[in-house]
Amino acid sequence: MTIFRLFSRFAPAWVAALLIVLALPVHAVVRDVYSFDTEEKQQRYQVMITELRCPKCQNQNIADSNSPISEDMRDEVYRMMTGGASDVEIMDSLVGRFGEFIRYKPLVEKRTLLLWATPAISVLGGLLIVGGIVLRSRRNNQIDSELSAEERARVEKIMDGHNGKSDSQA
Amino acid sequence: MKRVLLFLPLLVALVLGVLLFSGIGKDPTKLDSALVGKAMPEFALEDLHQPEVQVSQQVFQGEPSLLNVWGTWCPSCRDEHADLMWLAKNEGVPIVGLNYKDQRAEAKAWLERLGDPYSTSVYDPKGSLGFDLGVYGAPETFVIGADGTVLHRHVGVVNKQVWEETLRPLLNQAGGQY
Repeated sequence: MTIFRLFSRFAPAWVAALLIVLALPVHAVVRDVYSFDTEEKQQRYQVMITELRCPKCQNQNIADSNSPISEDMRDEVYRMMTGGASDVEIMDSLVGRFGEFIRYKPLVEKRTLLLWATPAISVLGGLLIVGGIVLRSRRNNQIDSELSAEERARVEKIMDGHNGKSDSQA
Repeated sequence: MKRVLLFLPLLVALVLGVLLFSGIGKDPTKLDSALVGKAMPEFALEDLHQPEVQVSQQVFQGEPSLLNVWGTWCPSCRDEHADLMWLAKNEGVPIVGLNYKDQRAEAKAWLERLGDPYSTSVYDPKGSLGFDLGVYGAPETFVIGADGTVLHRHVGVVNKQVWEETLRPLLNQAGGQY
């Protein structure tokens, strides 16, 4: 009796809890449409779909995009991967259809050389500029600190005169 | 030496300016097709009007033609339909229609209602040929050479301006007379 009362009193909470538990696997199923026989293939698939760019929604990879074309591309990656194709083969087949654009990691070739070299060029350029500034300021310091004997004598004379004046005033 | 260095910022600004200026006005959503210069992918799909008839890449052999990818779900396809009708009727251009990811009944009703500009209609409900062509959004129009080579892809609506400036010259270059 008491158990039943306890249950009925918290009935909404029980139903809610039940619904939450039931809803969890449903959510999981959506993500798990593609099942692989090995963990390694699953990993490769995940990496691959994050490195493929959606041609329709241009700033998304096909893992994040819900557009139909991304769906088709994921299907194709899955189909080829379960068929035993290598990553390179899958990439080439998709690039053959949609063009180099869909690679988030472009190949290193003549056309993309500048793109790949840009970070190195900017770092080198920065180093050169900093190096130049340091060298110059160092050279300037040397020039400033090295007085000829004649100049030294003049400085001493001026300083003496100045000191003497201020002494007499004090 | 120091004087020359003073011009460095100006030089950098000029180079950057030219580089960035060349990008202005370019539509980044328009991608070159990876298939340009390659043969039309092989396919075997049903004719839209006659399911018992199989259409293959052979349909492009003989004379240069256009391949128009469309679907009843695509608003821009409705937009360009009148111009395609005009192209087929007044200019006599052979246009192969690729009905992409669509329902046969709806597609046929559309063509009956608005007119049929296509010399052949290929039915591709799963989008398999569309995928092989790298179609990422209808409408897309391909220029195909007389030997079945893909010569050009136009993404977006075809209108008289696109015809005059792009499609007509390409077809004529490929041996057509329009």
